Amino acid sequence: MSLFSILAADPAQTHSWILPENAEIIYGGIASVLVIGGLVKFAVPQFTKFLNARTERIQKELDASASDLSTAQTDADGIRQALGDIAGERARLLADANTQAAAVLTDGRARLTVEIAELEARATADIETAAARGSDELRAEIGRVASIAVDTVLPSVLDGATQQSLVENFISKVGASR
Amino acid sequence: MSDNRIEGYARALFEIARAEGTIDEVEDELFRLARTLESSDALRNALTDEKIPVARREGIVESLLGGKATGTTVQLVSMVVAGGRGRDLPAIIDRLVQRASSAKQLEVAEVRSAVELTADQQTRLAAALANATGKQVNLKVVVDPSVLGGIVATVGDTVIDGSIRTRLDNVKGRL
Repeated sequence: MSLFSILAADPAQTHSWILPENAEIIYGGIASVLVIGGLVKFAVPQFTKFLNARTERIQKELDASASDLSTAQTDADGIRQALGDIAGERARLLADANTQAAAVLTDGRARLTVEIAELEARATADIETAAARGSDELRAEIGRVASIAVDTVLPSVLDGATQQSLVENFISKVGASR
Repeated sequence: MSDNRIEGYARALFEIARAEGTIDEVEDELFRLARTLESSDALRNALTDEKIPVARREGIVESLLGGKATGTTVQLVSMVVAGGRGRDLPAIIDRLVQRASSAKQLEVAEVRSAVELTADQQTRLAAALANATGKQVNLKVVVDPSVLGGIVATVGDTVIDGSIRTRLDNVKGRL
């Protein structure tokens, strides 16, 4: 079928319900070619340019990310090293603190021991002094009371008979003492 | 006063008393006087004070011993006091007593008692001391209230102390 016959065909004639009309295919084909050609002519370069720019941007971002990663790793290494130094410093400080605390404790114990010994010695001396003073005072008081008792009581006790008894007792003892 | 001078006075008094035939009485009286002087500061000061005239001091001796001691004793004491030797009178008398005892082959036994001893007690005490010391003793008894009770006997360097005073002192010392 020629193009003219198609154009001259009766429009009221019934066509296939699936396939388009021939004219439609032709016009449609031309239109498609034109559209595709326009797209190839104008849109593809732009699209390619867009994709290249996008690729370049992504690459730049990847490079920047790699750089950031490297920097981050360097920083992380520095931080780890710093952390290690801090841990060492902390350990050293703790060791120093422990040493100083032990020294202070030892000195404190020694000083306390000395002070306790001094206090004990002083307390013992005070107690002994007080005891001696009390004992001396007690002895003095007993002596004083005894003297008073002798002066007041003895003359009344030593009557004549007692005196004679003492004399006779002395003579007997001396006589028998050879 | 030096020992020689004390010894000289003692020998002189001894010889005078022995010549008078009253050595025993004089010795005994002087011994008692010596003990009295030792126990009385006032009497000792009165007999030794150079400011008191000699006549006054002799008067004190006369009033003290007159009628209580033999004339020989009074005269001998007056002689020593007038010679300004009253301070040494106890020492002179002690030498005299020793000399008299030595002359009789006796050792002086000074006995201090709180009460007077009877003649019987003195005899028995002399015998007891002779038995205890192995020496015949010339007993000189001094009544000394400070003894309180009992007797303290001194024979040479030996002291036999049976006094209440010493016992009390010992008790005080222990207390």
